[in-house]
Amino acid sequence: MIDLLAQADTAVDGLKAVGAGLGYGLAAIGPGVGIGLVVGNAITAMARQPESAGMVRTTMFLGIAFTEALALIGFVVFILLNFA
Amino acid sequence: MQGDQVNQLLAAGDGGSSGGLHFPPIESLLEWPGFLFEGNTFLELNKVGVIYLFAMVAPLVIFTLAIRKSALVPRGVQTVAESSVGFVRENVVMQTMGPDGMKFMPFLLSLFFFIFFANITEVIPFIQFPANSRMAAPAFLAILVWVVFNAVGIKSQGFFSYFKNTVIPPGVPGALLPLVAVIEFVSTFLVRPFSLAVRLFANMLAGHLLLVTFAVLCENLWAKNILVSIIWAPFVVLIGLTGFEILVAFLQAFIFTILTAVYIGGALHPEH
Repeated sequence: MIDLLAQADTAVDGLKAVGAGLGYGLAAIGPGVGIGLVVGNAITAMARQPESAGMVRTTMFLGIAFTEALALIGFVVFILLNFA
Repeated sequence: MQGDQVNQLLAAGDGGSSGGLHFPPIESLLEWPGFLFEGNTFLELNKVGVIYLFAMVAPLVIFTLAIRKSALVPRGVQTVAESSVGFVRENVVMQTMGPDGMKFMPFLLSLFFFIFFANITEVIPFIQFPANSRMAAPAFLAILVWVVFNAVGIKSQGFFSYFKNTVIPPGVPGALLPLVAVIEFVSTFLVRPFSLAVRLFANMLAGHLLLVTFAVLCENLWAKNILVSIIWAPFVVLIGLTGFEILVAFLQAFIFTILTAVYIGGALHPEH
């Protein structure tokens, strides 16, 4: 009985690790695509109108910050599942 | 020669505890023992606390020195102070709030310098710890920003109209209004401070762990004295990442400041 419980405990730990890895990987897909879109379009805008580059850059950083938050929450979940 | 070394490495990997790579437990990377006023919960000082004190004193010293010997043509430390003030004014305040946001300039500049100096210790030799990779200070700064932008909104628009303008965006069809109101409420009052804190904290923690990973890799390869031909690989990555982390330290301070400015600007002028 105790043996079984110990085994179940290890299994839970293993599942946690698998879940953490998968979770972070999945959380990184969307923001990866998103940041690519944000920066790509910002570069297009800067190339078309170099005089508005300053404004576009500021807005680009804002867009990156909002998009990146999702990936970072995934990273925090990874840390919490693995180490907390 | 090369094949022998590969075999040695493989044997060491199979041999269990004697070989292989040992990554230090995460507690030893993030938790520092106190060395002053030990046992006193409020006064106990450890490395993180010292870094925060440094981040508080360094801008004070820079600006005091800059003011004491101010000249028409700036030299030395005065150049640093003036160009950073100009940077925050042009790129943060003017872009998001316009001229009437200038009264928040001291607050934003203090935020920027505090976060930047607490981040940049990540790459300073022998310190090498970003103080913002502990959650306490980012969380406190986010709560501070939350209080400030709500106070500004209430002061400039009045309590009920500020709440109404924030929760009900203009031009929403009536049927969608309950849904949009709930989403806006959650995103403005709950998600904003949370994401502000987590963004700074997680970026610095991720950077610290990256640097530690490659430093551990370098040290292990060096100590085992095997595969000398590939030892430069993690070292080059480590150098490159150090440069990248300088950029991240600056960028996170900038993003925190500019998001604060955007939130304050949104509370200052309601959308029409």
